[in-house]
Amino acid sequence: MRKNFFSSRFGIIGTGIFIGILAALLQKWGNPGNMGVCVACFDRDIAGALGLHRADVVQYMRPEIIGFVLGSCIAALFFKEFRARSGSSPLVRFVLGVFAMIGALVFLGCPWRALLRLAGGDWNAIFGILGLAVGVFAGTLFFRGGYDLGRSNSNRTGAGWIMPLIMLGFLALMFIFPQVPGEPKSGVLFYSVKGPGSMHAPLLVSLVVGLAVGFAAQRSRFCTMGALRDLFLFRQTHLFMGIVGLALAAFVTNLILGQFKPGFAGQPVAHTMGIWNFAGMALAGLAFALAGGCPGRQLFLAGEGDGDAGIFVLGMITGAAISHNFGLASSPAGVGPYGIPGVIIGFLVCIFIGFAMRKRSAVAS
Amino acid sequence: MDNVVDARGLSCPQPVLETLNVIKKLSSGTVTVLVDSETSKENVTRAATSSGWNVEDVTEKEGAFQIILKK
Repeated sequence: MRKNFFSSRFGIIGTGIFIGILAALLQKWGNPGNMGVCVACFDRDIAGALGLHRADVVQYMRPEIIGFVLGSCIAALFFKEFRARSGSSPLVRFVLGVFAMIGALVFLGCPWRALLRLAGGDWNAIFGILGLAVGVFAGTLFFRGGYDLGRSNSNRTGAGWIMPLIMLGFLALMFIFPQVPGEPKSGVLFYSVKGPGSMHAPLLVSLVVGLAVGFAAQRSRFCTMGALRDLFLFRQTHLFMGIVGLALAAFVTNLILGQFKPGFAGQPVAHTMGIWNFAGMALAGLAFALAGGCPGRQLFLAGEGDGDAGIFVLGMITGAAISHNFGLASSPAGVGPYGIPGVIIGFLVCIFIGFAMRKRSAVAS
Repeated sequence: MDNVVDARGLSCPQPVLETLNVIKKLSSGTVTVLVDSETSKENVTRAATSSGWNVEDVTEKEGAFQIILKK
């Protein structure tokens, strides 16, 4: 039987190192500070590019996200792992995606960016990573209690193509309506003229890096949430070594490039409210755990035909729109006016889902 | 008498969780695990091996994998 090198210990560590180096380089090539790659932030920028929210500093159709899905799709097709499947509690997964994004935007980053912020010397990320660990740990308690979103079913191949086709459509829009310097809009797409959304590596560079990362991550099953979950649930360090590789590689690359700037205050696209950095990421971690993958992993799964992961991604994009339309998202000044109630409601919703989605046999009666 | 874990259609971490729940109760024997993705196959064999079980056989039929674990 063919052995998948990427699923070995070297494979997962190598993938982490690969992502860490490329993320630091993407920052060098134009992406925002400590945001070489951030799946939450980039989904949010995509929501902005489409006009689903109108926060004019975070609008850009990030080619990295497009590349993640398509790179994973190519790897899955090449290794005959592309399989259309869906039907495992899609609406629950959508809601988890919404609140995962609301939590992530209170912290200002997904788990990938939490590691990249740490690797860039942003000590606020420590609170976020602790929160992530607590949220994922809470998720494992639900799994021990019989939580399960149920089986998916095989679907017609065409259903698996929907997310890759959406991403191809987004890419086509970028070529049809390219960015015009100084203009906030090009055709149907919004572009930021200032702020993080205006900072980006060249389109083709971002796309190629995205494709390469998507390919490697599909093969290695790289997942930042799974790294912590498997550690807590199974005492397994396999995926965990991947995120250690990412953080160390990004740290070393940042040192070499002069991008390591330690401290709490004045960090790029970050705030210093420790408790909300912690709580936002705890909510996100719980939602990722209940949905079975970090935002990156959900993109890679969507690329290999998993419609339920695709629904989670759409939930995250919707969550970004809600966060920025209604003042839930944080800014460098601190949490938004409705960020705190958003986190509290998110916890209540996730806890309800955690208890409500238990197998019948596990429910005490 | 054979223990069977049908984890087809289940997503992470369910296949590993259900496999470990069964093999933890056994000191020895044979456990058959059914999964339908390459990822689950890798995860189940990795978890079983690190729990001291041997992967006797893996067969693929109709897009699903049958993993035979023995100890």
